[in-house]
Amino acid sequence: MRSPREPLFLARQSYRRRRIEDAARLLPLLGVVLFLLPLMVGGVIGSVRVAFVFSSWFFLILSAMTLARYLGRDTGQRPIGSQSKPIAPSDDPTGPL
Amino acid sequence: MTRQVLVIEDEPNIAEAISFILSRDGWSVSTHASGTTAVQAVRDAKPDVLILDVMLPGKSGYDILQDLRSADDTRALPVLMLTARGQKTDRELAERLGVNRFMTKPFSNSEMLTNLRELVGG
Amino acid sequence: MLTFNTLVGVCLLYVIMLFVVAFVADKRARRSKVRFLTSPMIYTLSLSVYCTAWTFYGAVGNAARSGLEYVTIYLGPTLVMIGWWWFLRKLVRVGRSQRVTSIADLVSSRYGKSNLLGVLVTLIAVIGTTPYIALQLQSVTLSFAVFARDRSAGWIIPDLEQTAIWVAGGLALFTILFGTRNLDVNERHHGVVTAIAVEAVVKLVALLAVGIFVVWGIGGGPQGIAAAMEQAIQAAPEGAWTLQGGRWVGLTFLSAAAFLTLPRMFQVLVVENVDERQLATASWAFPLYLFLMSLFVIPIAVVGLAILPKGENPDLFVLTLPLYFEQDGLAMLSFLGGFSSATSMVIVASIALATMVSNHIIMPIWLSTRLGAGASEYRDARQILLSARRLSIVGILALGYFYYRISGGGSALAAIGLISFAGVAQVLPAMAGGLFWRGASRSGAVAGLITGFAIWAYTLFLPSFGEAGVMSASVLAHGPWGIEALRPQALFGVNGLDPVVHALFWSLVLNCVVFVLISLLSFPSPLERLQAAQFVNVLDHSGPARGRSFNAATSEDLLVMAQQVMGSDQAQAWFQAQAEQQGKQGYLPDTTPDFIGRLERELSGLVGTATAHAMIAQILGGAAVSVDDLLAVADETQQMLEQTSQLEAKQLELTTTARQLSEVNEKLTQLSIQKDAFLSQISHELRTPMTSIRAFSEILRDGGASDPAAAARHASIIHDESVRLTRLLDDLLDLSVLENGQVQLYPRHEVLHEVLDRAIAATSSVIDQEKMHIHRNRSDEGVALYTDTDRLAQVFINLISNAAKYCDAKGKRLAIRVRQRGGRLQVDFVDNGSGVPFESQSMIFEKFSRLSDQAAAGGAGLGLAICREIMDKLDGSITYLPGQSGGAFRVTLPVGSHSPFGRTWPSDINHL
Repeated sequence: MRSPREPLFLARQSYRRRRIEDAARLLPLLGVVLFLLPLMVGGVIGSVRVAFVFSSWFFLILSAMTLARYLGRDTGQRPIGSQSKPIAPSDDPTGPL
Repeated sequence: MTRQVLVIEDEPNIAEAISFILSRDGWSVSTHASGTTAVQAVRDAKPDVLILDVMLPGKSGYDILQDLRSADDTRALPVLMLTARGQKTDRELAERLGVNRFMTKPFSNSEMLTNLRELVGG
Repeated sequence: MLTFNTLVGVCLLYVIMLFVVAFVADKRARRSKVRFLTSPMIYTLSLSVYCTAWTFYGAVGNAARSGLEYVTIYLGPTLVMIGWWWFLRKLVRVGRSQRVTSIADLVSSRYGKSNLLGVLVTLIAVIGTTPYIALQLQSVTLSFAVFARDRSAGWIIPDLEQTAIWVAGGLALFTILFGTRNLDVNERHHGVVTAIAVEAVVKLVALLAVGIFVVWGIGGGPQGIAAAMEQAIQAAPEGAWTLQGGRWVGLTFLSAAAFLTLPRMFQVLVVENVDERQLATASWAFPLYLFLMSLFVIPIAVVGLAILPKGENPDLFVLTLPLYFEQDGLAMLSFLGGFSSATSMVIVASIALATMVSNHIIMPIWLSTRLGAGASEYRDARQILLSARRLSIVGILALGYFYYRISGGGSALAAIGLISFAGVAQVLPAMAGGLFWRGASRSGAVAGLITGFAIWAYTLFLPSFGEAGVMSASVLAHGPWGIEALRPQALFGVNGLDPVVHALFWSLVLNCVVFVLISLLSFPSPLERLQAAQFVNVLDHSGPARGRSFNAATSEDLLVMAQQVMGSDQAQAWFQAQAEQQGKQGYLPDTTPDFIGRLERELSGLVGTATAHAMIAQILGGAAVSVDDLLAVADETQQMLEQTSQLEAKQLELTTTARQLSEVNEKLTQLSIQKDAFLSQISHELRTPMTSIRAFSEILRDGGASDPAAAARHASIIHDESVRLTRLLDDLLDLSVLENGQVQLYPRHEVLHEVLDRAIAATSSVIDQEKMHIHRNRSDEGVALYTDTDRLAQVFINLISNAAKYCDAKGKRLAIRVRQRGGRLQVDFVDNGSGVPFESQSMIFEKFSRLSDQAAAGGAGLGLAICREIMDKLDGSITYLPGQSGGAFRVTLPVGSHSPFGRTWPSDINHL
């Protein structure tokens, strides 16, 4: 529910920042899917599935780390009363993921 | 034949001075002090030339001039206007109304005589 | 060899080290050197209180029995952490902006500061956590027992119960020392958190060390482990290594829910959070911690199963494996890891629970016994609160100890972990609903909590005591009174579900249904709705909270708030007045009930009764009040009011300015026209005498008149006109001085008739010339004046000479009549002429207004203008008096005390 006061189009950096936020929101859903996958195959769990669970776990951790590098930097700089999302700092080297 | 001049001036001292100057130069001078009756005085006196003050009690010199210029018998009467308010707008107004000469008080006596002589053609 | 004394000694040394760490951290925190303490890593490590002894030891046991399922306990928190942008960010923001002290406080605060909810959540937390504490005590004593058993030849078998009581006592001491050293305004405990972080490292290092030893020391590397795993799967009972979908999903969800709602987790996640950026780092670092904690669980389990003798408790493989291989140092480390897991959990949990119990149960009771007491009675509240905390800590640990004693330990207790999780998870609907749904109401939350809690107790908690416990075997098998639909472990005929999943499903589903339904049907109070908006919109309206201390409600807080509502000056004046009434100086009166009542009424007039009540109640309400947020609301209202009134004021100002400007413009235009007219007039007035002078002087220069009499006359004209010119200049200067207000007045005592005499004498020449008769009544003229009589005489002279010049009657007569009316003196000058025509009466006092032939007057037309200015200066007036027999002027002057100079009258009289 974005405020209608927000501009329709954003500068490149703000836009990139929004997409990173989107990714941060989607990551746990991806995690749920990954952790549900071992259930799709029945039978006894072997070392392959153990390795799969741990690999996807580690992948999620790495992804969260990448996202947190951008998100954590200025979670706090939002001005009081402003409904707009924080603007990435100007030295933000964010590129496409 | 002496030239007739009518002086319409409410300041007695100024009227006296003009009368003296012109008389000495050989003019036949008559004076009138009221603005209200000035036009009639002109008709009565039938002067060759008129000296008209602007600030007159009852009726201003401009109004009198306008009346004279709109009447057939006085249309061509040469008029020398005198004013103590020597502003540009006054002169312009007078010229628009058809004045022949315009002089600012205080004036030079000889200049006035020169102007009058020119007005009556020498 | 590891002796019991060595073990106890190392334990003591470790505890002393923790004391030192906590002490130093506390000291640094008090000196505000918190940079290190607030680092995201410390925060991340403190989250490891999630990993208790149950997980440290139990995970391996779990893996040995059920294979991969143990990871669900870690996957849930992982999902919550990597999804921090959804939920945790908001939770932490709310927790910080509302100064939340516990999960009970969060729920209570969200639903309009409902203490009923606070009590409910506290009870659920205590009931859910006490067995868990017992579990920790059990694991510590069990680990002691492991050493004792293996070395029984060397040392006496320690009394397990005594060990437990020593451990419980030590933990109580540590917790009281560092958890309640002081009442931290934000309920933060830097010392405890740092000690917890150290313990987290010990835990991780211990488990990793054991794991590495197992994999590469005895397991033969990853290939060996894989082989051992296959072997274990073969040896395991049917289905043990098969993933059960219900349990897999259910336990993952349960651990995620518990991660958010466990009191100790809420304490470290939200309450101890110092900076929101800590959360960003923890979002990946804590899952990494969990990952590492669980990485070697399966290897340890399968190797233990393969190597250790049958019947060995898999829950203690972490300890028994190193001991089996006589790795005393490793075993010691492992023991310390388990010890750390247990102690950190107990410390944080008891702090969190103590806060809840003292804030929501003990303090309200204490306050209710003080109802009606004066404000001074509350002075010791702080000390009472501290004591309540300490008492609560001791009580909770005692409860845990007795639970351990009564339950007798064993597997029944081991199962309590998940049961406890499911219990506290009942708070989740109320919490999540409160954060994301404005419509969530207090009644809904209460009903949902009670429903969920009751179903949890019925389907999971009570049956967990076994058939010998609260529930008989027949109830378990056939339901109460034989109603099959109400069988505790197969509610509504749902059979075949795992008991934990079954209980979790029904309790949470019904909890949510009741919560939503009642919320939809109920209508929340204004305060509740205010809080709802604050919670749900916290990300929009609040800045990221950075630490700011909150002080107990004082009149200063009230003043700060009142200033926002009433405006600074008014609020300060009002508070000052109230303080004065109480006999105090300054702006801060005592917060007596009387004063509060008056303040509330005062504020009611501005923001409405309900809001005013809510504001004051919240400020006086206690530790969890967020004054800032109230101020934000007040601020918004005030800003709106201010903006509106500012706009109105500005509009008014603009209108006024525009009007003033147009007035000034008009005035300037008028002045410009007047100035032009005046200059033109001056020019005319000066040129007229100059014309005569020049003309006659030229005549004289050119020889002059031959008649000597004429020549003399010409010379006299020049003279007269020069005089006229001089007088004109004098008048102009006089008028200019009068108009600019620069005139100096010289008041003196004189009687009116003397002034009139002087004026008549000065005008005698013109009076004689005009043959005017002046009529006076001297008996009226004995009025004593104190004024500038020279100036007054000037006015009289002007009027008399005017009358003489302008009166057009045959026999000129001037009557001077004097009267006194209401402290004012009237002097009328009435002649017998035809007077001033009506249309000219309004302009005779203007400059250069001459009515008739000016030669007769000989003046410049400034006389009456000067008269008017003079009379203005003398505080009198001069007017034309119509309707008289002729021209008539009235001069009015104040006399006696009305005189502008009257005040100096008495002293001057003395000098006379």
